[in-house]
Amino acid sequence: MKTRYLIIGNSVSGINCIEGIRQVDRRGKIIVVSDENIHNYSRPLISYYLGGRVREKETSFRERGFYHENGVELLLNTRAEKIDACRRTVTTNKGTIEFKKLLIATGGRPFVPRIEGCESVKKGVFTFTRLSDAVALVRYIRERGMDRGVVLGGGLIGLKCAEGLIERGMKTAIIELADRLLPSTLDSTASGIIEKALKGKGCEVIKKDTVAAVESRKGVMQSILLKSGRRIETGLLVIAIGVNPDIDIITGTGIKHSRGIIVDSHMRTNLQDIYAAGDVAEGMDSLLSGNAVIAIWPVAARQGRIAGINMAGGEEVYTGMFPMNAVDIAGIPVISFGITAPADDAEYEILEKRGEGFYKKIVLRDNVIKGCIFMGRIERSGIFSGIMRDRVDVSSFKKELLSDDFGLLVLPREYRKHMVVGEGIEI
Amino acid sequence: MEKKARKIVIKENYCIGCRLCEVHCITSHSRSKDIIKTYKGTGPKPVSGIYFEEKGSISFAIQCRHCDDAPCVENCLTGAMYRDKKTGRVLHNSEKCVGCWMCVMLCPLGVIKIDFAGKKVASKCDLCINDAFPACVENCPNEAICLVDSNGERISKNEIPHSESVTRRVRDK
Repeated sequence: MKTRYLIIGNSVSGINCIEGIRQVDRRGKIIVVSDENIHNYSRPLISYYLGGRVREKETSFRERGFYHENGVELLLNTRAEKIDACRRTVTTNKGTIEFKKLLIATGGRPFVPRIEGCESVKKGVFTFTRLSDAVALVRYIRERGMDRGVVLGGGLIGLKCAEGLIERGMKTAIIELADRLLPSTLDSTASGIIEKALKGKGCEVIKKDTVAAVESRKGVMQSILLKSGRRIETGLLVIAIGVNPDIDIITGTGIKHSRGIIVDSHMRTNLQDIYAAGDVAEGMDSLLSGNAVIAIWPVAARQGRIAGINMAGGEEVYTGMFPMNAVDIAGIPVISFGITAPADDAEYEILEKRGEGFYKKIVLRDNVIKGCIFMGRIERSGIFSGIMRDRVDVSSFKKELLSDDFGLLVLPREYRKHMVVGEGIEI
Repeated sequence: MEKKARKIVIKENYCIGCRLCEVHCITSHSRSKDIIKTYKGTGPKPVSGIYFEEKGSISFAIQCRHCDDAPCVENCLTGAMYRDKKTGRVLHNSEKCVGCWMCVMLCPLGVIKIDFAGKKVASKCDLCINDAFPACVENCPNEAICLVDSNGERISKNEIPHSESVTRRVRDK
């Protein structure tokens, strides 16, 4: 098999890569390989599926005809196993594909720590990153009439999974090793608000603890033993600690990587004609001014699109992004950007406002915003994504940042002008 | 290439802060399309697609710019936020929306409104999809809100192609 463009991975980076390629090249052949058996689905929606809020077919984020319309051959149930960079081939379980340009968008793989007794459990321990995980989880809960479950990991995936279980009417506990929920996304005040709301829904939150061992009978989970010594009777454990870049495929290729695959401003790896994007890639973090894996949807979308444009001979530069998350947990909408809980407060200026049903925080350094939290009241918070991206000096409107009627009007006129009128049109 | 949308642009120096744009946005998105029925009737009133900002002598109305490179479309988890292929407009299908707030986080204009109770995007400007001409532009008494084509040229109501008006009549039945 031969193709001009080969994309390994069919999630958000892969899909955006297709669209990026087609912005430049309408005809060149594209093959997408995916080891899953579904035409496309949105990974974050699996928690909504678990909670019964969307059906399996509603997890798709591109229309059924998307691949056909874009002239893409989609190879499902096809696992890419080896890249030969010299011959420009990828070997899969179904044969070898020759490419001119390759995108590695294999995403992340759930991190599963060593837990005593885990290897003898055949039923009851799950991970939660793919739709097939969620489908298996729901089937297990239904078949066994499970009424309680434990989620290991109090990050975004863990909390959304726990929420899905709660929505199914299950008694749920979350176990987090850190001293608060969402430790890498929120500060302790915001975490505290989320924790209180989850407890209000009947969820147990266990902090500064982890699962030391699981106990099973005939391969079926019976209980878990925490590091603190506590035992919880449960037939269900979901391990949702986090994901690591899935870089097995690059073994022996000479593609440079540290945690993820190192990419430049065009999403190129160090090998010619091989690109990477999304959770597997390590691109520019504009807050750190260095490369980092930022495993979030918006980064995967942008990187995939930019890779596609460049693979097709266009010119689009990735100027870097920073961590950001939008989530709705226990009925509380939360949006966060960048550094929300700086370790060394002395270097940063913190603005905070808290009231009935809301919490806002802005983290500044030298009058440039480095991080924000918006809870409860999130409308218009997108303006901050632009201000942060453009590194706008906020000294002239700092006192307005947390005001209730914050909007474009407080921004410097010169900056605002470009936003509201579009290029070449004056206010 | 996909068609580029027309855009609404504003001239803040001309805005007198009358907020008629909001009134007509709400009315034109109501079932009756009648001001009195919309405002005084018993049914729920639509949410306007406009944010009106005012401070001292400065005021303006701001609504979706239907960006060519729209982060709300690129990042929608469900495909609820999409670009209409025919007109290039950025539109929202609330049936598909799950309220993940990705679009709210990434819209640099902050013009996507939320229905917190319904857990979904409540409103964003659709350039008056069911009418030939945006109500806010048509009813701005001071031409502080204008419609321009993808080249930035101003478009007046009688320049809208006949075919687009036909769509309206059909829909009205």
